[in-house]
This record gives sequence, C-alpha cells and structure tokens, in this order.
Amino acid sequence: MATELSPVSQIPPEFHVKVDHDQCRKCKRCVLNCSFGCMQFKDKVTPDHSKCVACHRCTTFCPENAISITDHPMVYKENANWTERIRQNTLKQAETGGILLTGMGNPKPYPILWDHLLIDACQVTNPSIDPLREPMELRTFLGSKPDKLEFERDEHNNVRLKTQLAPHIQLDIPVIFAAMSYGAVSHNVHKSLAIAANKMGTLMNTGEGGLHEDLYPYSGRIMVQVASGRFGVHSDYLKAGAAVEIKIGQGAKPGIGGHLPGEKVGLEISKTRMIPVGTDALSPAPHHDIYSIEDLSQLIFAIKEATDYMKPVSVKIAAVHNVAAIASGIVRAGADIVTIDGFRGGTGATPAIIRDNVGIPIELALAAVDQRLRDEGIRNQASLVCAGSIREAADVAKAIALGADACVIGTAALIALGCRVCQKCYTGNCAWGIATQRPELTRRLDPDVGSQRLCNLLTAWKHELQEVLGSLGVNSIESLRGSRERLRGIGLDKETLEILGVKPAGVGM
Amino acid sequence: MRCNTRIPSGCAISGMMCESGDRVDGSAIIKSIALMHDRSNGLGGGFAAYGIYPRRADQYAFHMMFDDFAAKENFDEYVKDHFIVERDEVIPTSPFGNITSPPVLWRYFLNVDEKKLEFVEDREYVVNKVMEINSNVPGAFVSSSGKNMGAFKGVGYPEDIGHFYKLEEYKGYIWTSHGRFPTNTPGWWGGAHPFGLLDWSIVHNGEISSYGINKRYLEMFGYKLELRTDTEVVAYLFDLLVRRQNLPMELAVKALSAPFWDNIDRMEPHTKELMTAIRMVYGGALLNGPYSIILGHSRGMMGLNDRIKLRPMTCGRKDDMLYMASEESAIREIEPDLDTVWSPKAGEAVVGTLNGEVE
Amino acid sequence: MVMTIDAKGMYYRELNKMIRTAIEEGETEFVLDNINGQRYIGDAIKAKAKITIHGTPGNDMAVFMNGPTIEVFANGQDGIANTMNSGEIIIHGMVGDVIGYGMRGGKLMIKGDVGYRVGIHMKEYKTQVPVIVAGGCAGDFYGEYMAGGVMILLGLGAGEDKPIAGDYLGTGMHGGVIFLRGKVEEYQLGAEVAVMELDEKDLKLVTTYVTEWCEHFGHDVDEIMSRPFIKLKAVSSRPYGNLYAY
Ligand code: SF4
Ligand code: SF4
Repeated sequence: MATELSPVSQIPPEFHVKVDHDQCRKCKRCVLNCSFGCMQFKDKVTPDHSKCVACHRCTTFCPENAISITDHPMVYKENANWTERIRQNTLKQAETGGILLTGMGNPKPYPILWDHLLIDACQVTNPSIDPLREPMELRTFLGSKPDKLEFERDEHNNVRLKTQLAPHIQLDIPVIFAAMSYGAVSHNVHKSLAIAANKMGTLMNTGEGGLHEDLYPYSGRIMVQVASGRFGVHSDYLKAGAAVEIKIGQGAKPGIGGHLPGEKVGLEISKTRMIPVGTDALSPAPHHDIYSIEDLSQLIFAIKEATDYMKPVSVKIAAVHNVAAIASGIVRAGADIVTIDGFRGGTGATPAIIRDNVGIPIELALAAVDQRLRDEGIRNQASLVCAGSIREAADVAKAIALGADACVIGTAALIALGCRVCQKCYTGNCAWGIATQRPELTRRLDPDVGSQRLCNLLTAWKHELQEVLGSLGVNSIESLRGSRERLRGIGLDKETLEILGVKPAGVGM
Repeated sequence: MRCNTRIPSGCAISGMMCESGDRVDGSAIIKSIALMHDRSNGLGGGFAAYGIYPRRADQYAFHMMFDDFAAKENFDEYVKDHFIVERDEVIPTSPFGNITSPPVLWRYFLNVDEKKLEFVEDREYVVNKVMEINSNVPGAFVSSSGKNMGAFKGVGYPEDIGHFYKLEEYKGYIWTSHGRFPTNTPGWWGGAHPFGLLDWSIVHNGEISSYGINKRYLEMFGYKLELRTDTEVVAYLFDLLVRRQNLPMELAVKALSAPFWDNIDRMEPHTKELMTAIRMVYGGALLNGPYSIILGHSRGMMGLNDRIKLRPMTCGRKDDMLYMASEESAIREIEPDLDTVWSPKAGEAVVGTLNGEVE
Repeated sequence: MVMTIDAKGMYYRELNKMIRTAIEEGETEFVLDNINGQRYIGDAIKAKAKITIHGTPGNDMAVFMNGPTIEVFANGQDGIANTMNSGEIIIHGMVGDVIGYGMRGGKLMIKGDVGYRVGIHMKEYKTQVPVIVAGGCAGDFYGEYMAGGVMILLGLGAGEDKPIAGDYLGTGMHGGVIFLRGKVEEYQLGAEVAVMELDEKDLKLVTTYVTEWCEHFGHDVDEIMSRPFIKLKAVSSRPYGNLYAY
C-alpha cells in the first residue's frame, strides 16, 4: 500500500484558467457549474488551476465569454524521451504509489489506419448515383446467415421459403451504440441512448450493469449484456433484450475486469444491478464459467436456451494479437455476432498502462478476422461488428468496406451528448452529467435533448454514408460490405497493406 | 499475354433464341451486333451458340485457346490424364480483315471417366478442371466447356470476329453476342466475352461496381477468379446459385438484381419473407452498378438489367423467336416486323425457355 | 423541295452530314426512309426544318437540337431530346430511357410509353419552357431532378399490372410541373413533391397540349379530358436546405 506523503503536491497543473475580470459580471455560473472544484469565488472568481480538467463547462455557460483555458504556461525542460507525460506520471506515482487510472480511450499518437485509407469513386466507366434522389439502402441485419437457402412449393405451387432463418436484428443504419453500463454512465445517458436507438432503428447496449426498469419499454432496441459480474442478469432481462451480448473483453482494457466503487451504487443502481446499496461492484477479469472456448459455447447455448432461440447472441472481445483465430473459435462456438473492440476504444475507468499499451488497432483486427472467416468459409455464420474509436462516418464507410457488418460508437455518442473527452470519467465528477451519478450533475443531461442530439448525429452520418455509396456507384450497403477493392492505402507499408487486403493508392483495378 | 488487371468496359449485347428449338445460322446475330458497331471499339467481340454440335451433344465441348503449339502439347498431356478425348480438331477460321495474331484455337470433345466420379458429380468435376487449367496449365485457356454449345471470341469488332470464325456455317437455337469497349488494350483473346463455364454463357454490358465484394463472396465458395472480369463474376454467381445451390432461376435473379427494401416492405407476407431472406443471405451476390446481361444455357436464354436500369435493354418477339439487345434497332435489323417489342423493367428478368426439342 | 434519303445500311456520319450540308444549302424538308439505329439525327441543327423518319432512329436523336421538327413513324430509342434547346419532336410509338435530359425548350409528343428517367433535369430558361407529352405510362424516376417545364402523362393502357408511372416519381424535383391522368400511390412519390388539384389555369394548359397531342395521334380530346388529372409540384425550390451543417 502506498503511503501518503506531504499534502503539497509537486505536480504542476495541466491547464491554466484565465478569467477576464473586466468582463466578468460575477454571476457565479462558472462556480456553480464546475464539478471539479476548480472555480471558486472569493470576492471574484478565483480558479484553482490544478483542479481544472478542461471540461469546458464554465466556458460554455459563462454569459460574458470571460473565461479561457489554455495549456499551463509552465514548461518542462525539453526532452523527447522523458516527455511531460512521463515525468508527470512519475511524480504522481511517487506521491501515491498507485496504478495510474484514467478514462476514455487511448490518447497516444499511434497510427490511425482509418486516416491512411482512401475511398474510390466512379468516373465514366460506371456512373455514380445520386444519393438524395435515388434509393440508397443502409438496412443491415445482424445475426447468423446460412450459406444457402432452400425453397419448397406450397399447394398452389407458389415458391415458399423452407430454410428457417436464425434470429436477426434489423438496423436502419449500420451504426449501433456501444455498451456503457448504468453506473459508468448516468440513467439519463441510458435513456437518451434508448430513445435515440428506437427512433433511428438501431441498438443501444446496456453494458454490464443491467437494465433499469424505466427502459424496458425500449428493449426491442436494446442489446443486453452479460459480463463476468453478471450484474442485473436475470431471465426477464435476457428475454427483454433484442439480443444478448456476452462480454469477454473490452478494447480499452483487454484482460481486465471492472470496478464500480460503492459510492456510485445508489438506490437505483442497486436495484438495477441487484446488489446492495453502497457495495463495490466488482467484475472479475474472466468469466469464471469460461476458461476455454468450449465453455464459451456452453454459455452461448445456455443463453439461447433461456431466450428460446429467439435472440441473436453476440460475443464481444478485445482486439488482441491472435484475434482472428479467437474470432473463428467464437463463430464455431455458436455466436451469431462477433463484436471486436480495438485498442483505441473508450472506457469509464482503466489502468493507463493497459489502455495505452495492450491490444491492436481495430482496422487490422477487423481485416484479419473478416479474411480468416472467409478463408474458413464461415463468414456468413456470424455478423461482424467493429468498435474501438469509430470517430466519424468516414470510419464507418471504411470499416464496412474492410468487412464489418456494423460499427459501434461509444465516445462519439458521448461527445454528441456533451462530453469533452477530458478523461476524468473515473472521478464521478463529470460536469456534463454523463459519467457520474451525482444527482445535481446527472440532471444536467435532459434525455429529450440528449436523444435528439444523438438522432441528429446519426442522421448526419446516414446522409454522409449515402453520399459515399452514391459516389461509389452502388445503392445498397451490402455492395460496399467487404469490398476492399474500393479502398486504397496511403503511407502504409507492404505488410500492413497485405493484412488490410488493400492495394496502395495509385494502383488501379 | 494474359491480363491480370481488371478492365472496365462498356458494350453492346444482342441475343436471339428460338423457343421451339429450331436452329438458325450465325449470320443474323452478326448482323444484329454489327449494327451497334459504335458501342464497341474493336478490342473485343464474341458469340455463344447453342445447338451447334448435335452429333456430339452428350460430350463436353471444350473450346480452347493456346498461346502457342507448345502450350497445346502441354495441354494434350493434361487432358489425356483427366478426360476421355473423343475427338479434337482445329476450330475452323477464315483469315479476315482486321483480325490479327489469333491464338491457337482448338476444340476437344470430352467425356469423363466414371472412375473419376466416385466422390464428385461430373459437372463439379468439369468446373474444377476448368479452373485448374486456367490457373495452372501455362498458355492454355478454356473459352467454353458446355455440351452442344461453344463460345467464339477474340480481339476485334464482333462482326469481324463472327466472320473470322465462319459462324454462318453453324446452326444454333440460341445465339448471344457481345461487342466490347474496354478502356485499355489487353490484347488477350481470352478476356473477350462471352464468358463460358459448363453450359452457362454470359454477355454483359456495363460495369459492376460491386465487383470487389462479389469476388470475395465467390472465393469463399472456392471459385478462383482468374480473369478479373465482371462477366466471370456473373457466370460464377449463376453457377453457384443455380447449379450448386439449386435456387430456382427466378429467385437467383432476385439475389443478383434485388428489389429495394421499400418495395419488399410492401409485398404480401410470404413474398416479403422470401425476398428478405434472399437479401439477407445473398447480400454478397448482389450485383450493383449499371449492367444488362444475357445469360445463355442449354434450356434457355435470360436477359436481366440492374436494379435502377442504368443500362439499356429492349426485347422483342416474333412467332417463337425471342430477341433482346442493347438497342431496338439491333433487333429490327434482323426482324423488322416484330409481334411485340418492350423494354423490361429494372431488375425484371426476361426469360426464354426451350419448349420444344432441339431440331 | 423535299429531300428524300434512303438510309438503308447508311452509317450515321454520312447521313447526318448529308442533312447538315443540305440545310446549309437551304433545304428545309427531309424524308428519311429505312432508318435503323443511326444515331444523333438532328444533332445541334439550328434551323427551321422538318425531318420525317421511317424506321427506328438510334440513340441521342435531337441532342442539342435548336429549331427543327422531327416526326418519327416508329419507336424511338434512348436519349431523345438530350439538352435540346428548341424544336418539336413527334413520335408515333414508344421511347426508351433518359428522354429529355436537361431539355431547356421545345416540345416532345410521344404516342406511347416512355422508359426510365424521363424528363430528368428538364429546366426552364427565360421564356423557354420545355414540354413532354406522352400517351402511355412511364418507368421509374419520371421527372427526376425536374427544374422546370411541363410534363403530361396520359396513362393510356394503364391498369392493374401497369401503373401510370413507376417509383421515385419526381424525386429531387425542384421546379416545373407534372400532370398525370390517373392516380399514384403515396409511396411512388419522391420526397420532394406534393400532389395538388388542377386549377383553371392548369386545366387550360393541359387541354391545349392534349388537343395538340390528339391532333397528332388521332384521339378524342373530350374523352381524354373526361378523366381527372393530378398535378405534381415541388414542395420547395430548395429541398435540401437542412441537409448540411456549416
Ligand atoms: S460565469 Fe463568467 S461572468 Fe459568471 S462569474 Fe463566471 S466568469 Fe464571471
Ligand atoms: S464523460 Fe464526462 S468526465 Fe468523461 S471524458 Fe467526457 S466529459 Fe470528461
């Protein structure tokens, strides 16, 4: 255990908050809004720079535009090896003896392969299609598909479907909301996501913290998760969901469990998670009924049995080095959907060492998995959903072209709700009422407004995806899905291109 | 020289069929495709003809192209090991104007030894061998491999190719043809259309924008796409859906040229279920982008265009003759006095079916 | 003088050159026999002239045409009246796809059915108002992007299996007006159009053109006018105002 040292921290502040006192009219809104205790009032607004997290809450609500936040002017002696981050972290650990905890996704400047992929367009030899005036279909079905259909004739000699299809979820846009648990995020976030998913014909995902009773009316558009802590998992919960997801791992923390501190477990969370108020909610690192692939199969079928084979079962894993083989095993174990979460994916709380150094990028994982499943002839058996920092519609288009059936957005959805990616989710002080359970903060997010913002975001992406399809000269998303021929790589080495299955830019068909 | 890059091309197509099984010679189809001369650019033309080998109707007729005689010798060794060669002969040609440097053109009439069919049915065996030859026997290319049919194709304007192969001297109950407008010069005869596999033949106008995923979809079922042409993709898709998976033709067509979801949503429940399942399961087979195709097979001919009709197709009937072509004038050229003439709707197949015995 | 040309087996360049040269020399009337598939007849001709065609003319007939009258006693193919500026075309048959693309003026009278994307991006300019009247039914995307002009579809021969027009009717329409003699389902309409009733002025306009159409093809005006028309107009001249974020 670490021993606390002197109360005076040696760690220099990260940000500098400047209040223009000529403009300030002392309304104290900034003080009221600041949930990190940075803005204080002593005759005038007096910021404690060391507490600022750059969440923008004060600047957004200051009626006089009197506040500006900059990097703290303090400079460290320049050193490319001993970076500011490393020195700061070293000081923190020297003062606390703790694992560095953080929130949101990996901020390190690893190559983002989405930004090294370019999309094709039609010129002359085949026409582009006008997405605004001609049909442009994004409808997507998640679930297991047979390799072939069989038909029979009825008494009137009409052709009828003989094959019984496995259960599917119909999506109107191939973008679904990420698993974020009630606990990690507020009830109002869950409600915003549920309403938006319902309106837009997509899915939200409960995460591992159960489903609050208020949200059961939306459950036709909710994927319910079963994680190692089994919080709030009961038969009604499984039956309520549109699909059930077994969470094995998460991109931001592969191989790591979860920990919702007891302070956050109030009455509502306690009811939803089915644990006593104030107890820590600990998710073990593995499922203790899954120590091997055949155990996964056993759990998949336990869930299918529980839901009368009416719901597709998804298995979510983090993108790790051997992801292709693991995904193949998951498909063979009976999963209908495989969700792969890349190493830039977000989280409410994780050790920085894991978030920043473990796993592989989703682009490579996705490409490797899709190809592997095709090589093995089992690609139809499961839908492939990719997650882990899908930032914009262009990422979605590229992911689909690499082979994804649908994409997951977590951070992007939270940003739409107000999040400023300050990475302080684990503190429970989120000023935007997102990653917090403090009632005075959660109140800040109105689910009607929040859901509308999410709908707007998805609507905008939908149009953008349609623009891309149109310029590619196809009018249905399945003609882009897996069509790596329509992507080119730029600034990528040969091996990476090979794994992605794309040619370098400049090479024709 | 074989071309390993994919070449987009525009085109003209024309097809005719006598549904009662009567056979006509190849001069009409040459005339029809010649009228659309300006839709091609002299870099590829070809024909498929059905009913041309009535005396060897039970044998697989392999139309072969060889880079040179050495390649042929090589192939002769190969073919003896895998087939019973009933007869082989040069494909007759007459030197014709603009046709230069043809490959060695030879045809083989083949049977498969029963012993080889212990674990695989004979058409599957032939498909596997065709793919093996095209990828592994150097300098040899199978241009068609069906029974009582053949493909005649090459680099040149289609009418010149037709005369070069002396198609006036063959009689068939189905004729399809193609004039090509590729965007560069492959100079390789095998790359011309039609594409043939077993008794499937495809001629095709337009470019398939979904090629990338169609190819990967087929590869999953073991097809090797050697030519990198859209036509090859279409032929393999029919082979997969109709021959291997037994889809009725009318449903296979719905997989390739799928109705829109909006329309499906308005269908009566059974049809809706059927179409939804087809789109869910065969998404990788959806042909997207502008095309019109004419598919030939031993029992009929089918015309199909894309789901928003970006490529033209006109059809006509006169007695028991069915015609389809990129332009109405190409039909009128050989049958001015049609009983009916119409343009099929987007994604709606026009089907000609053999209802008599082949003459 | 009437210049008669037997176009049997004639290549389009030769044919069109003959016509152009004769026009330059003051010829004003042409009869083309045995036409089959020759493209570009009337291409960019700027003159008063009458061209009568027997046989099926090829694609892009009357492309960029500016003045002449063409009458075809057969079916037409694709791309008729492409970017046409003025003149008149009468077709005693049906026509193919993409008819009147970007047509800016002139008149197109068609006896029978029309194919896909007819009247696509037809537009008005100053006093020029293009008109397409067709007696039969239309394929999908009728009036796509329509920005101006008048299209009238009489729907003769429409029935259970053959709706008067296909889907995506008037999709992207932001100007001009469409009159249909018959009803369409709500789902057939593009998002940008609304169905309206004809007012007196509309009725007068339709009657004028229908009368003209009947004169060409020998139908009874009253009988055609006895069935109600509907009118389609763009809801807004800027249908995509809310689509973009700045
Ligand atoms: S919100 Fe702005 S105006 Fe109000 S007290 Fe703070 S700095 Fe001053
Ligand atoms: S959710 Fe809140 S605490 Fe977390 S990064 Fe976003 S703004 Fe910061």
